[in-house]
Amino acid sequence: METSTELKQTPLREKHIALGAKMVPFAGYEMPVQYTGVTDEHHSVRSAVGVFDVSHMGEFRVQGPQALELLQWVTSNDVSKLTDGKVQYSCLPNEQGGIVDDLLVYRIAENDYLLVVNASNMDKDWNWIQSQNRFDVTLRNDSDNYALLAVQGPKAIEALQSLTKADLSAISYYTFVIDTFAGVENVIISATGYTGAGGFELYVPTDKAEMVWDAVFKAGEAAGIKPAGLAARDTLRLEMGFCLYGNDINDTTSPIEAGLGWITKFSKEFVNSVNLKAQKENGVSRKLVGFELVDRGIPRHDYPIVDPQGNEIGIVTSGTMSPSTGKAIGMGYVNTAYSAEGADIAISIRSKAIAAKVVKLPFYKA
Amino acid sequence: MNIPKELRYTKDHEWIRLEGDIATVGITEFAQSELGDIVFVEIETEGESLDAEEIFGTIEAVKTVSDLFLPVAGTIMEVNAALADNPAAVNDDPYGEGWMIKMKVNDPADVAALLDAEAYSGVIH
Repeated sequence: METSTELKQTPLREKHIALGAKMVPFAGYEMPVQYTGVTDEHHSVRSAVGVFDVSHMGEFRVQGPQALELLQWVTSNDVSKLTDGKVQYSCLPNEQGGIVDDLLVYRIAENDYLLVVNASNMDKDWNWIQSQNRFDVTLRNDSDNYALLAVQGPKAIEALQSLTKADLSAISYYTFVIDTFAGVENVIISATGYTGAGGFELYVPTDKAEMVWDAVFKAGEAAGIKPAGLAARDTLRLEMGFCLYGNDINDTTSPIEAGLGWITKFSKEFVNSVNLKAQKENGVSRKLVGFELVDRGIPRHDYPIVDPQGNEIGIVTSGTMSPSTGKAIGMGYVNTAYSAEGADIAISIRSKAIAAKVVKLPFYKA
Repeated sequence: MNIPKELRYTKDHEWIRLEGDIATVGITEFAQSELGDIVFVEIETEGESLDAEEIFGTIEAVKTVSDLFLPVAGTIMEVNAALADNPAAVNDDPYGEGWMIKMKVNDPADVAALLDAEAYSGVIH
């Protein structure tokens, strides 16, 4: 058990310092929050290509004859739909109606899966999945063995293609290949990301991380590649309406409330599926919605959401000024009566009700 | 880090430039760089008389919100209206176009009692 409160470091820390990054504690790691500035980095990713070090993410390998059975039980999505080389977004429901974590499930081969979980939840997830493992399955925490680079943006293929013989344009969204990349064998090249800008996530052996980082920046120079930090990652994901664990979803929010019904499949039995199915059929009393401010202001996590009469009807879970649209945007839980597109709500900012409107997600379309 | 010699400063990272009994107030180069990209400046205290260290507005960066504290007691005469459409001026030119308010100070001696450039430099280092 880790008892030290010292921050962990990714293998790319020296690279970030050399680039002048502002480093902050995040999920127990010392991480780059920005380099040149969040707005600049955000636009780089939307218009060209940016590189995020997300090596703090956790990777669990799940192997054995009953790997599928274990994953069908602990995750909400239908893992049987995966074939080799496919990725699935999913969540780990808890028994109380909430969410242990959201995650990606990679099918490497039959009986062999990789789970990618949030760094902040790594120990909790590990203990939870182990506690549910009554199957013939071996779990291995590979988190320290992988560095993870997210190379995101419309010019990602242009930036990276010279580094691998794998045809990057042939890797469709939410699929992956394992191939030699920048001279490093067995890199997982995954067409996934948290930005909505397209691009890849590269799972690289930790001891090769710096080498691959350098190769990516050299190869991507002509495409205008730039490093991007956690702050831009947050504004980019929020423009897409992607949930952030700890903000928009947590141990007390159900996947149905959170709009994650699309990854909650009742074609199978899983942790708390009976109650979640009832929620889906009977409806929920609150829902996670996206909203834009009509008046000036910026919504922030934990600001109250009120109705036009000032009665509290919900709470903001994420908010920012959208660099792409110039609008103040946010997500939050509201009473279901106020969850329809176009509903008039207000955000209580420093005790003033600032008018807002429920909008359809995503906030930004490329 | 740019800390103009002719200005006075607070430990809250505001600067103040006194001309007669009218003072211009903004935030320092250090403050803007710590905040990051500024996206909204909200000051709704024009015409109000406030004490030193009272909140006269808020400044929002992409990731954070900070209160703005009045360096000395006085009356807020004018708010920089240009910041409504261009809050990034606070990042680009914190001591110039990024100014926030002009105020009539109750006692010019209050300004002289604030930190000088050298003392402020000590605060941020």
